[in-house]
Amino acid sequence: MSQKNKKKQDIALAKESSPSKDKAMKDKKLERWASIPHEFEAIVVGGGPAGLSAAYTLAKGGVKTLLIERGDFPGSKNVMGGVLYSYPTAQVFPDFWKKAPLERPIIEQRAYLLAEDSAITAGFKDNRFFEEPYNNFTVFRGRFDKWMAGEAMEAGALLVSETVVTDLLYEGEGTGKKVVGVITNREEGTVRGHVVLLCEGANSILAQRAGLQEDLSPGDLACAVKEVIKLPKGAIEERFNVEKGQGVTIELLGEATLGMFGMGWIYTNKDTLSVGVGVMINELSRRGLNPNTVLEKMKNHPALRPLLVEGETVEYLAKIIPEGGYKQVPKLYSNGVLVCGDTAMLVNGVHREGSNLAMTSGKMAAETVIEAKAKGDFSAEALKRYKERLEDSFVLKDLKKYQNVSGLMQTNPHFFTVYPNMARQAAQELFTVNNVPKKEKQKKIIRDIRKKRSLTQIAGDLYRIWRTFG
Amino acid sequence: MMTLEDKLFLVRFQPDDRSHIHINSNDLCQKECPDKPCTFICPAMVYAWNKETASINVGYEGCLECGTCRYGCPRDNIHWVNPRGGFGVMYKFG
Repeated sequence: MSQKNKKKQDIALAKESSPSKDKAMKDKKLERWASIPHEFEAIVVGGGPAGLSAAYTLAKGGVKTLLIERGDFPGSKNVMGGVLYSYPTAQVFPDFWKKAPLERPIIEQRAYLLAEDSAITAGFKDNRFFEEPYNNFTVFRGRFDKWMAGEAMEAGALLVSETVVTDLLYEGEGTGKKVVGVITNREEGTVRGHVVLLCEGANSILAQRAGLQEDLSPGDLACAVKEVIKLPKGAIEERFNVEKGQGVTIELLGEATLGMFGMGWIYTNKDTLSVGVGVMINELSRRGLNPNTVLEKMKNHPALRPLLVEGETVEYLAKIIPEGGYKQVPKLYSNGVLVCGDTAMLVNGVHREGSNLAMTSGKMAAETVIEAKAKGDFSAEALKRYKERLEDSFVLKDLKKYQNVSGLMQTNPHFFTVYPNMARQAAQELFTVNNVPKKEKQKKIIRDIRKKRSLTQIAGDLYRIWRTFG
Repeated sequence: MMTLEDKLFLVRFQPDDRSHIHINSNDLCQKECPDKPCTFICPAMVYAWNKETASINVGYEGCLECGTCRYGCPRDNIHWVNPRGGFGVMYKFG
């Protein structure tokens, strides 16, 4: 078989999945490690949103690229809430919605503030989100990332799966010390590259080992667990009040996290729901709670229970989410190395954005490498352009805007307990018809609020919120 | 209600015959970690305190590879590396 045909077959195998094809792909991979060149221009570590955007952009830009993935295929170990944003994705893969495996375009975003037995709800629905270019989609990373990997391979990147990068390869001393490749756990596993892109996810073992990321604390990361729950046919349209194929997201606050700093969610897929909750690791420790316990309690909330009736759980997943924000962004570049996506802490917790920041950072890292290649300079000085690109874009601008949010929430735990209950009590009073004159009701509401938090305290809270979010 | 065991049963794993998780010092767990957060914060409940051996049992085969334990261990006593290539959790959906 010619090289070209061989490659075509590899791509076809990557795109489709069946036990026999998976096995065929596995055999191919073993055979391939021995045959691949052990020198590249760029090495991308990790096949997630950041790494795959980077690999695709690099390959398209004519850079000889190796993508190393530790799982069976890119996507097999990847977890996300699962909302994919259309605009930043289309910047890497134009018109992706015409070919990529997607679940539902989201036309309505809701937020529920939960207290025990109650919910205050808000939402925005717009049918224009059901048209091209769309706003966002629910996806399964296992399928979408596999598709992106196929695109990257088609563009010319070489993919090696089932391979773990255990360390970076260095040369030189002092300020001249530079990354010149990676060490993998394969036999003769060293691969050289002019530049290495670290896209290993939130569990950033290599970035920490390389001294780029400081040791993170349990207050910098949330632990999220998720279930994929299969619903009877037609149930999503009925229960979420949408037309065929349309999707809804619901963000859940307050009682959803049992008053801890975090957030829950329910997203509609084609015939399943993604139901999950993320809570800061230090809060779980302090409260002595298992994340699955939090999820089970949330699923049983009376405002959510009817959405899940007759649901059959088909998968249970876990992931950590970097919540440290701007202040915890690691060193983004050094001689011969760039850091992208979750590894770079590029998550905007306030707007539950992550995959879009990851993809944009991967693309910008790749563009920087393409420039560096043209100059033949992969030093920190040349790669500094990556950070500048991120600073000039929404990625670091948004993180900077919200840099104090995590600190504010962690030092004011009552935001997740006192206020949801206060809102519930006020709403309950207002909506209960019991022949009490409205003026008295209003007075009672104010009295009840002041019992829990003085007006000075509330003014202080509002000021701090305005300063932090404004 | 579905138990955690039921949920983990749904997850595909390719278990390795060697653990990718090691406790650095049993002494630290026993003497300097009264709360033992690893025994409850892990989404897959990989860690369990064994009174008889006075050490943590590590059921690495069911590890979802999230990394919560790495950051949640107050004594920084868990040595966690990625499972070897091709081993560990294999999600269908993700």
